Amino acid sequence: MADERIVGIDLGTTNSLVAFMQGEHPVVIPGEDGVNLVPSVVAMTGADARSFVVGNSARKALVESPERVVYSVKRLMGRGIEDVHEELKLFPFRMAEDIGPGEVLRIKLGEQQFTPSEISAHILRQLKRNAERYFGAPVAKAVVTVPAYFNDAQRQATKDAGRMAGLEVLRLVNEPTAAALAYGLDRKKEGIVAVYDLGGGTFDISILKLQDGIFEVIATNGDTHLGGDDIDNLLIAIALDDIQGELGLDLRANAEAVQAIRKAVIEAKIALSTETTSRISVELPDGKKYQRELPREAFEQIIKPVIDRTKGPCRQALKDAQVTPEQIDEVVMVGGSTRIPAVRQLTDEVFHLAARGKKPHIELNPDEVVALGAAVQANILGGGSAATENMLLLDVTPLSLGIEALGGVVAKIIQRNSTIPASATEHFTTGVDGQTNVAIHVVQGEREMAKDCRSLARFDLKGIPPMSAGLPRIEVKFLIDANGILHVSAREQRSGQEAEIEVKPTYGLTDEQVESMILESFDYAEQDFAERQLIEARNEAETILTAVEKAPGNAAWQQLSEEERTQINMLADELRVLRETGERTAIQASTEALDKATRRFAELMMDAAVSSAIGGKTMDAAGENLGEAPTVPHPFAPAEIK
Amino acid sequence: MQIAEQQSVKTACWSCGADVSGPLCAACGKVQPATEQDYFAVFSLPRRLSLDTKVLEREFYRLSRRLHPDLYARTSELEQQWSTEQTSLVNDAYRALKDPIARTEYLLKLEGMAIGEETTGKKQQPPADLLEEVFELNMQLEEMRMGGDDPQLRSDLENAKKQFEAQLAQADADLAALWAKWDGALAEGDLTAQMASKEEMLALLDRRRYVRNLVRDVNAALDGQSGDAPTP
Ligand SMILES: [Zn+2]
Repeated sequence: MADERIVGIDLGTTNSLVAFMQGEHPVVIPGEDGVNLVPSVVAMTGADARSFVVGNSARKALVESPERVVYSVKRLMGRGIEDVHEELKLFPFRMAEDIGPGEVLRIKLGEQQFTPSEISAHILRQLKRNAERYFGAPVAKAVVTVPAYFNDAQRQATKDAGRMAGLEVLRLVNEPTAAALAYGLDRKKEGIVAVYDLGGGTFDISILKLQDGIFEVIATNGDTHLGGDDIDNLLIAIALDDIQGELGLDLRANAEAVQAIRKAVIEAKIALSTETTSRISVELPDGKKYQRELPREAFEQIIKPVIDRTKGPCRQALKDAQVTPEQIDEVVMVGGSTRIPAVRQLTDEVFHLAARGKKPHIELNPDEVVALGAAVQANILGGGSAATENMLLLDVTPLSLGIEALGGVVAKIIQRNSTIPASATEHFTTGVDGQTNVAIHVVQGEREMAKDCRSLARFDLKGIPPMSAGLPRIEVKFLIDANGILHVSAREQRSGQEAEIEVKPTYGLTDEQVESMILESFDYAEQDFAERQLIEARNEAETILTAVEKAPGNAAWQQLSEEERTQINMLADELRVLRETGERTAIQASTEALDKATRRFAELMMDAAVSSAIGGKTMDAAGENLGEAPTVPHPFAPAEIK
Repeated sequence: MQIAEQQSVKTACWSCGADVSGPLCAACGKVQPATEQDYFAVFSLPRRLSLDTKVLEREFYRLSRRLHPDLYARTSELEQQWSTEQTSLVNDAYRALKDPIARTEYLLKLEGMAIGEETTGKKQQPPADLLEEVFELNMQLEEMRMGGDDPQLRSDLENAKKQFEAQLAQADADLAALWAKWDGALAEGDLTAQMASKEEMLALLDRRRYVRNLVRDVNAALDGQSGDAPTP
């Protein structure tokens, strides 16, 4: 189908976006609220686990039922319970109690449990709907981005999420590589480019060689636990120290207060990207106000240890790519945290930019550039256009693949930074006469011992014909595909038999499990699209009307003026009438008007909600964790407590 | 993690039945299942060791533009799988051939020689002419490990590093000379000379590997690291 639309999706930790190629340029598709960024927040609205809302509407649901809302779920993708202790201290995830080691995580929402892939599927489905609304046509295929340093399990979990959302994920593209594609579109340049991607929770560095439209990644490195969140946590620790020092008030276990402080430090941090000084200002539970002047200089001193941690991966990537900083022609900045001037200065230092009369590229919005690049790749997969003609992306696997050998040592079979698809063939035999099974443990990582690497899967090669020890010759082929996902096949060579393999993926779902988790979709292809849109418009009207009906019971309602309340009631009456008609556009316009009128009310509710959302046991833990953190030295002006 | 069936080898185009001799059918242009091929054959090259990596890169890009899975996203599942297998063969071959040491090791393996540490399994003996230097270096490294990081020791290690790096450079130059010997013997079909150059290359690779490990250990000691690669 020539006009089949393939979208590009940035499935982010904090926000997600969907984009597509409009003529010569990639553009972001806004949500129904007209905003490009869809917060990666999912809320279950009904008891039957079928009604979900995503994005800003899910954030609103934080007020009434925080135990039914999940955010930052990307941190849990493809991970095990033993991996996420740190995450659980800092984020209000409510996990099922009976998760064993090596098992897929399950998150509790009300009485129900969901895997991280299922939660992500809801975000993907929302983006799919946004695109369908925009096109007025169904969308079934997508390119989805992942951090370059994501391992096999994290990639598989992302692909599974697509399938559950009714999206065929044609390709997983690494985020920094996608950014390079977005930039590469305008400047048909040759040379060596470094992409420095510092987001909310992860850091990636990729080095690419651009030549004749080929984007060849030559090395990538990163840290999946390094981002803007770490900066926020440092500033929070300082504020808590101040408050305890001045007032003797230990707020570490007070989830509500910690969250209020978090909000305040993030505001101060953002202000410092453009101002030379800012102020952390937050109201404390006892009515006092904590204020701290935060000059940029002091801020930079505080965050230095955090951002300095990006230097190691940068140097390792340069070393692996066998290039010197001087050989880097361009540096592209990606991710919200690259707005921090000190981060720009750091890249300048690492890549010797100013000394060579160069500047890092910041022309494209760092929040959008990854989605734009995904749209470019989607266009290439769809057969290309004049804009993408001759463009081809050659990416690499970020981590070495190995097999556990005798004594728990890892035998590496595919080295990190190998261009994908990549394969390796290994031969195995038996150690005992008549042995019919051979067990294989596949791991990913750079360490010498299997226990220090990431366990990917355990296989049993079965049905080996009984022979003397050492006689069978089983050939196993490992293939990493263009998505960075591993495939395995095996054959016993002496008997010519295909060896049967039973894979137990660590932290993964079986095909059958994924199948059972596919979201009930409204499949536009099967129904009249206009009818579907009308139903959707009515549903949206219903949602907002229900919220307005409940509004007077909320404290925030009283904070509105008499005028505001009258206006809302009038618009709601109008929408109630229109809802019963078949006029889709009129219903939508009326819904939009009511949404606009209630925006301030929603904001007031949300402010109250953010704190109550953290009510669960995990946020208490967040407080404890901050208590354990080393006190941050800050020889700056004292804070004011009024 | 997914599991795939292995495809059996075919000789006629699956689509039009014409005879097939490459990754793509010359008659209809469809991608074919990958066949077992050595890495030199993937690039239609003789088993010569001296090769122009610029030319190799051009050929790598040319093949990638025809075989990469990105170009097959709209074809059948089977064609996508074959494109993935063909591309992985090209990538694996390019990776092995572009690096001089990997290329030499690959050729020796292809020619039936047992290569280095992975097959011998026993600890390597230092080359006879380096015994004295190696002994001295090990003493210095041991001292460094015990915590003695004085300027004298550091400068001794810096000197040792320079010396072994020079050895490494010499080994590379010697290797290039052996390539010429092999390529000549190959062109003339002189099997005895081929065998001799293979033996020499094998010995030289052993020596080079030993020296390279020494340089790595010295660097690790000077950086104050254990030498282990970082882990995510
Ligand atoms: Zn044919």
